[in-house]
Amino acid sequence: MNDIVLYILLGLLVVSAVLTAMIKNTLKAVIALALASAILTVIMFMMKAPLAAVFELSVCAGLVTAIFVSTISLTDSPDPDEQQVMREKKRLTRYIFLPIIIIIVAGILLIAQPALNFSFAAPPAVQSTVQDTIWHTRNLDIAGQIIVILAGVFGVVILFKERLKK
Amino acid sequence: MPTLFVLIPFIGIVLLNLLYSQKVKNLAYGAVLLVTLIQLFMAGSLIFECATNFFSSVEIKYFVHLSIDLYAAIVLFTIGLISLIALIIRRYADKDEIFNFSQLILIIMIGMNGTVMVTDIFSLYVFLEVTSVASFVLIAKKKELLALNGSFKYLLMSSIATIMILSAVAILFMTYGTLSYAELGTQLNAAADSLSLQVILAIICLVTGLSIKAGLVPFHMWVPDAYSQSNSAVSILLAGIVTKAGGIYAILRLLMVVFPHIALISNVFAFIGIITIVAGALLALTQNEFKKMLAYSSISQVGYIIIGACCGTPLGFLGAFLHFFNHATFKSLLFVNSAAIESRTGIKELDKLEGLGGRMKVTAGTSAVAFLSTAGIPPLSGFWSKVIIIIALWQVGYIPYAIIALLASILTLAYFLILQRKVFFGKQSAEFDHVKEANGGFISASMILAIITVLVGIAFPFVLNFLKIKGLF
Repeated sequence: MNDIVLYILLGLLVVSAVLTAMIKNTLKAVIALALASAILTVIMFMMKAPLAAVFELSVCAGLVTAIFVSTISLTDSPDPDEQQVMREKKRLTRYIFLPIIIIIVAGILLIAQPALNFSFAAPPAVQSTVQDTIWHTRNLDIAGQIIVILAGVFGVVILFKERLKK
Repeated sequence: MPTLFVLIPFIGIVLLNLLYSQKVKNLAYGAVLLVTLIQLFMAGSLIFECATNFFSSVEIKYFVHLSIDLYAAIVLFTIGLISLIALIIRRYADKDEIFNFSQLILIIMIGMNGTVMVTDIFSLYVFLEVTSVASFVLIAKKKELLALNGSFKYLLMSSIATIMILSAVAILFMTYGTLSYAELGTQLNAAADSLSLQVILAIICLVTGLSIKAGLVPFHMWVPDAYSQSNSAVSILLAGIVTKAGGIYAILRLLMVVFPHIALISNVFAFIGIITIVAGALLALTQNEFKKMLAYSSISQVGYIIIGACCGTPLGFLGAFLHFFNHATFKSLLFVNSAAIESRTGIKELDKLEGLGGRMKVTAGTSAVAFLSTAGIPPLSGFWSKVIIIIALWQVGYIPYAIIALLASILTLAYFLILQRKVFFGKQSAEFDHVKEANGGFISASMILAIITVLVGIAFPFVLNFLKIKGLF
């Protein structure tokens, strides 16, 4: 039973992710993205990763959506002529290969599942706490992540702030 | 000592932003120059083992996953050198805002230094990301359509690479329960004869992802645009060191520590490497834009580094790392010269340039040094590293590859002769009568690099002897 629910959720995840990429209306695309995050959260809960699920829900489904929506509401929507052009560009047939590829890949994986026969490493004897993992074992990665975010901030500042001046 | 390589640029960024004012803004360039000089000094002291006690005494031992060996020290030195050159060129070529550029240089230095020093496959991924994100911004900073296009292409390809590397990391962690290079190496070595399907899947993902990051053929689509459309300083940085310290170094390190006993990976990379050499050189032959030709030439030369490392022998790695350093110097030199010509004439196409040798003597001379070194003409530095790579290939029985690598040098010579003849030789047209020699910044940058290229070549027996004493081969 659980398996079937999982497969359905995974399918929905793919659908909402594809929708995010394909929808022309930015607001709707953001909502589709939030939906994808929410589905991923449920999947993570089902796979017994509650901490990752909480992060996914609060950051990806919550914070990121809020930022996107506020950005969209702060910017102008394209004028009617541009909207017309965008509507004309919308050719769904172009994306028809996407579901086909997904179905083929899923099929191959399902058939190959017995051969893949995933083996797992034994869990460590001493379970470390989350704090321990984040601040001692993986502290370098946390520092790296901070710098990635910093680089992203610089990117936004450099690429958009100067353009405003012009 | 390893932490300092990450910490010093980071402190630089924090201080520059915290103390932000017009005065600090003017000082930023000097501050970043100082950081690169410190890096050069620290890496140099590691190579020659002097003053290391001092640096060890100020070391903060918080990040345990970092370590430096002699190879890493050589790469760190190269990072410092090329960043320094990029900063010098930035001052003279692209006059726009230098404050943000300086900070991005610091970020990209953190990314590259981290990639070089990590001993853990997930941290490797994190620092590869730092390097990539900073590169996107640096390329897009020019804000012209073609530059944005180049940046976007890089972003797309890099995202695919990211997904693949992360998936590989996840599968390897799931299978072996460890992320550290050494432990993964031991476990993979034990299972080398009977790799399970999932591990092979992880390896395929890892090879593809890293090949995209390193710009190897057939994943090189982003390289020419990113290199040729960005600002001169950025293209020097990208072609000289960023793709190398990011993608190539990661491949070398993994081949050295994690996958030394898996013949499958070496064979795949050797094949990719040889294709890269030949395809890069052939594509370079057809280019009519200075920087694009250099970009394809970079792709081709990077192939030599990869096949050298695929031998798996100490001699192979020695050749690979020497070519790493040599290529960083002479390719940066060529990019500096292309920037010098562009700044003086405003022309990018090779067809329109003619007989500049008489007008720009230093630029023409240093270009000749660089291209002879790239083509592997003795006694310049490129000759030695290529010879070592070819001997290493011969020793392990990759004889066809050795022959192809040797013959591809002729192709290299061909396209650089075309370039040299079109740009510097021949009769100078009246159009270029007003052209003067490039200004001091370009001259000093190209002289530094040319002197290194010649000195490493002429003093190579000493270099080899030094590395032998250090026990590299």
